[in-house]
Amino acid sequence: MLTLQYIPHHEFFYLDLDQKLKKVLKSVKEDKIILIEGKLDPIEESELIKRTMEQIDRRFKGIEIASINYDFSNVDLFERFKKGLANLLLSRRSGLTIVGPATIVKEIRKDPSKIELLTLDKKKKR
Amino acid sequence: MMKKLGGFFRNIFSSFKKKKSIKLGIYGPPNAGKSTLANKICMDWLGEEMSSVSNVPHETREIVIKEKITVKSKGKELTFNLVDTPGIATKIDYEDFLKFKMNAKEAKERAKEATKGVIESIKWLDNMDCVLVVLDSTQNPYSQVNITILGNLAARNIPVMILANKTDLKKSDVKRVEAAFPQYPTIGISAVKGENIEGFYEELFRLIK
Repeated sequence: MLTLQYIPHHEFFYLDLDQKLKKVLKSVKEDKIILIEGKLDPIEESELIKRTMEQIDRRFKGIEIASINYDFSNVDLFERFKKGLANLLLSRRSGLTIVGPATIVKEIRKDPSKIELLTLDKKKKR
Repeated sequence: MMKKLGGFFRNIFSSFKKKKSIKLGIYGPPNAGKSTLANKICMDWLGEEMSSVSNVPHETREIVIKEKITVKSKGKELTFNLVDTPGIATKIDYEDFLKFKMNAKEAKERAKEATKGVIESIKWLDNMDCVLVVLDSTQNPYSQVNITILGNLAARNIPVMILANKTDLKKSDVKRVEAAFPQYPTIGISAVKGENIEGFYEELFRLIK
């Protein structure tokens, strides 16, 4: 059974870097797939990769991660301006980040405004 | 007097600037062809290879540096230290190495070294002056690892060139890589066959000014 955990923006982005990474890795190591409202910045992402690498062992094989922005390319200029302004005011609230354990999530395909999450077949895995 | 002093200090700073050797990093996901490219550059300009290469992921597990490589193109010269880095990944499973005729002990050891290699690669981002991001042009470019590497380089204001490698393979799609990261100069190459390497060297002069 898959467990999806949603983390709203107000529960995550006020945390400091260390707290954010601990929160993400704790849930992922409990075999949960987490959906974070908003995007991690590149430095946070690279720190998450570093921290993940430090914790890899026989049971924990790492993570799959993807984040998407909302795609404004198909909307008219005024809409784009409105959404751009909202983005600016809401900081990194727009977009979505998905993180899951590599033992469950085989691949997260991005294309680039769509996400497909492929899970591992447990029968095949064993 | 003040003018002379100003000139004196400018000269001192510019001589320091000249002495500082440029570090050109090679980054990318595992098996994109980073070490193959590093070897191609070293063979072309030093006549010797730099890193070992294989089909097994995470073949490069430590930072490898080759100093003072001088590239010449159209009467111009460029000298830099080349830094080949381990591939950056978000997951490493020792069982994946068992497919490559390794026993469990060797596979576990390799996985452990690979995790350390990824950490080293990320730490070394701060030391780079310019970076070549090598991507496998047969693969989907929208992977989070690619985005994270490029985002980190942008955050540090490090000049970047993307090399869409493996153009010799049928599934290669350089245009898809260009479309994924339109803000960066992208060159299609085959490091293993030497395709478009001249074009790459010319672009290198634009990257390292």
